[in-house]
Amino acid sequence: MAASTPADGSRPRRTDARGGPVDPERRTVLAGVLFGTGVAASMVDLFVFHLALQWHHFYDRSTTAVAITADGFFHAVAWSITVWGLFLLADVRRRVPVRWGRWTGAVLAGVGGFQLFDGVVDHKLLRIHQVRYGVEQLWLYDAVWIGSAVLVLLAGLLVLRRTRPDHGAARSRG
Amino acid sequence: MDHDHGGAVHATTGWVAVEVVVVVGLLVVAVAYAAGLRASRHRSPWPVHRTALFAGGLGCVAAALVGPLADAARTSFPAHMAGHLLLGMLGPLLLVQGAPVTLALRALPVRRARGLSRVLRSRPVRVLTHPAVAALLAGGGLWALYGTDLYPATHVSPLVHAAVHAHVLLAGYVLTASLVGVDPDPHRASVAVRSVVLVGYVAAHSVLAKHLYAHPPAGVGARDAEVGAQLMSYGGDVVDVALVVLVAAGWYAATRPREAAPRGAPVTR
Repeated sequence: MAASTPADGSRPRRTDARGGPVDPERRTVLAGVLFGTGVAASMVDLFVFHLALQWHHFYDRSTTAVAITADGFFHAVAWSITVWGLFLLADVRRRVPVRWGRWTGAVLAGVGGFQLFDGVVDHKLLRIHQVRYGVEQLWLYDAVWIGSAVLVLLAGLLVLRRTRPDHGAARSRG
Repeated sequence: MDHDHGGAVHATTGWVAVEVVVVVGLLVVAVAYAAGLRASRHRSPWPVHRTALFAGGLGCVAAALVGPLADAARTSFPAHMAGHLLLGMLGPLLLVQGAPVTLALRALPVRRARGLSRVLRSRPVRVLTHPAVAALLAGGGLWALYGTDLYPATHVSPLVHAAVHAHVLLAGYVLTASLVGVDPDPHRASVAVRSVVLVGYVAAHSVLAKHLYAHPPAGVGARDAEVGAQLMSYGGDVVDVALVVLVAAGWYAATRPREAAPRGAPVTR
């Protein structure tokens, strides 16, 4: 990272094809958050809850047209940002050595942040779908879902904080 | 091909004519591609994978339009949907990666090659090949097909059948070319525009799949509709991820940092 920032603290030297500045530090975090959010939104739901546990179903017929439309965009965006997260990571990698710890923290923050959003907004506020259907203690499933989401999010934020470029240094921020 | 097992429904002149046109059309395209390879063999070597991808694309189109899958599609909605994925998504993706326009520009005499590139630069082609227009044509066509009585009509009228399938193939090709084309495109939309259009198209595709799950087209049974709709949704997702990867890979190649770029390498595409 230090290699791309001139000693006087001005704009990073490296540029993209259009001449705009590229900050590999910020791009590492962006790549991780996009990938984590995308993986949580596309793959965790599909592979874990639809295919493995079969708690979620393709379509339960009670869903409103608005929810189906929102869901369609949601999944299209989810797959898109998963792929873009990986290409941004590859882009950082060809510019500077990747700080994998920081990327991992960003991925965890993305996964946790998405699961929290899904658990609170989608499940409880909008009621698009539930964690599991036909069970008595739904609150228990919700508590586990939201609780684990908060833990993963906090772990991610903690790792991000500990891997700040200026961690332990006097500089303001990277 | 034998038409004996199809029964009285499609063993009529109209249906036979459609199949003959499809087979002849595919052969003409394949021969034209081979002629292009032959005419440009004195130039720099043509990548073998382009030829293989184009052949694969023709195979997808053929499988969707003639043979056992096409026959099954007349009565089975899942088979119809598998054909639709081959004809409108996977086939066009492979054909586009075969770079037929690039091959034509290499193979044609200079004057005719200039004529071709003038056509490609003309305003109508420019409007038609904008990703948003192409997505509206492809997506709108699908909604019209399944949302109206067009779908049952394709089983009755050979002409409607031919028109609908031609539209699915052509609209799929133009949309794919506008998003991830490798042929020269003087007015290629930005990565941002292409990404947004792609997300919108995929969303419309999956919303339509869910809609079909609960509201089958006329003449389609509930179980058939459920299987077909899930095939449409998950199959569409697979091709979608491939398209996103190709858009992102194009961006990756175009934004190569200058100091890492080999001398003389193209920076933009």
